[in-house]
Amino acid sequence: MEPVKEKCVGAIDVVEIGRPGPGAIKVGGETCMPFLLEEGAMPNSPVVAMEILDCEPSDWPDNLRSALGKAASDPVSWAKFAVGECGCGLICVRMQSAHPDWKNATSEAAVSILKKISKAVNVPLVVIGSGDDVKDSDLMPKVSQALKGERALLGSAAQNNYKTITATALADGHSIIAESPIDINIAKQLNILITDMGMPAHRIAMHPTTASLGYGMEYTYSIMERSRLAAFTGDRMLAMPFVLFPGAESWRVKEAKDASETGGMNWELVTSVAMLQAGADILVMRDPGAIRETMKYISNMTPKL
Amino acid sequence: MIIIGELINGMFKDVAKAIDRRESDIIQHLASEQIAAGATALDVSVGPYSKNPKDDMKWLVESIQKAVNVPLSLDSARADVIDEGLKVAGSRAIINSTSADPEKMDSIFALAKKYKAQVIGLAMDKSGVPDDKGKRLELAATIVAKAIDFGIKPEDLFLDPIVIPVNVAQPQCKEVLESIRDFRMLCDPAPNTTLGLSNISQGAGKKNRSIINRTFLTMAMACGLSSAILDPLDKDLMDAMITAELVLNKNIYCDSFLEAYRKR
Repeated sequence: MEPVKEKCVGAIDVVEIGRPGPGAIKVGGETCMPFLLEEGAMPNSPVVAMEILDCEPSDWPDNLRSALGKAASDPVSWAKFAVGECGCGLICVRMQSAHPDWKNATSEAAVSILKKISKAVNVPLVVIGSGDDVKDSDLMPKVSQALKGERALLGSAAQNNYKTITATALADGHSIIAESPIDINIAKQLNILITDMGMPAHRIAMHPTTASLGYGMEYTYSIMERSRLAAFTGDRMLAMPFVLFPGAESWRVKEAKDASETGGMNWELVTSVAMLQAGADILVMRDPGAIRETMKYISNMTPKL
Repeated sequence: MIIIGELINGMFKDVAKAIDRRESDIIQHLASEQIAAGATALDVSVGPYSKNPKDDMKWLVESIQKAVNVPLSLDSARADVIDEGLKVAGSRAIINSTSADPEKMDSIFALAKKYKAQVIGLAMDKSGVPDDKGKRLELAATIVAKAIDFGIKPEDLFLDPIVIPVNVAQPQCKEVLESIRDFRMLCDPAPNTTLGLSNISQGAGKKNRSIINRTFLTMAMACGLSSAILDPLDKDLMDAMITAELVLNKNIYCDSFLEAYRKR
């Protein structure tokens, strides 16, 4: 039986993160649906970034904290653990300390910790805000300026709040995460709004909102699948790489929190693998075991370059 | 949707003048303008005033290709003029056109095979324009059969149901729309379809032409029309085309969908 091969038009944009050089990370560039390598190519394998908080993760579940051990006691050792022990080529720093309901750290204090992390590991960075819009509108421009030259991936721009972060990322040479609420029409519109500001399309990564296993993962999956199918019929405004946060989403759910030692890890792993099948290019993950298994999966599924 | 820009045609006085005076910048500007407005191919016709149609066709094709790189639809009733254009047109030309007359098809399909060109086939013959969809289908079937004989693939054939102006034979408009649907059933994969859109409003009051054209286009697209020869500089027409593609689920909606299409 002759397998039916679909013809894909064009390619997903390539986003480059990190200072130019051997340590820089490239994602995207696919010319086929995820892993359908008979129909095209995946020149850049998906990557895993460990999520680091810029403060102690005191509200994280016990089983996750014990998997991280002493490493998570401070951001710098945590970052070193991510790169040195877990083999992550990039890390994601969540600026949680600045959240008003958390430590309410000043933007300057938070940026100072970020700079220490960056200097300690010298890998490409994904940096996301505290989650408080008002604080982040002050914080993220300062992050952007502090990391000028690092070509970081900064998050996030949303449809009703994208101008400040886009302007600052554009000025300082960073890429931007465009976040939409599991809505392909808003995802496309946001990409147009951001590119209308002068941001090149190849400096945008899409976050269609991550939903974990059992809590709406299929919705995210189908948005990503539709986006990719549209991209491969020539829609440039949906042809950006995807960044997902399976770590944060999986460890919120009770099944992960109350699970046995490996139950939570498996919850995160299954979510991550499903996202890879949907086209994820960057996975921001928390559990070292889930990271290890996900990296193994990526290695098995993609061609050895 | 394949959009074939219709403006490089010697029947327009300014184009005829530019051809006569060999003003290639005017032709190149027209070519670029149409592409920028969304044309994916360009129709090229020396027009009725040309004294040297073969030379003029060659010159037009060469001038256009210096400025843009899209398939060119070589528009002439004479096979030798088309041949002259095909010699210089590169590998993605469209022959505009053949009728369903056997001798005409023989000469045109031979050219198509020689130059690996696509062909527009008009559903009409020596006896004139058909007056119903049945006759149109018969003529289209003749063209498809001959094309298959010559080894021309369905996707390289564009069947034209012949649009008649709405103020000349108004009942024909519906017949044309139904023919577009019917033609697609002639073979598998289905052949392409096309039409000269502006013909629907030929002779109608100037202020009515645009709305007639774009309404007819969207209706034809709903019937499965795969391409059209039209004026891409009519922004309302192009907006209607983009919106029709949206309704037909060809592109993902977003609030700025008109802008998004133009950013493709």
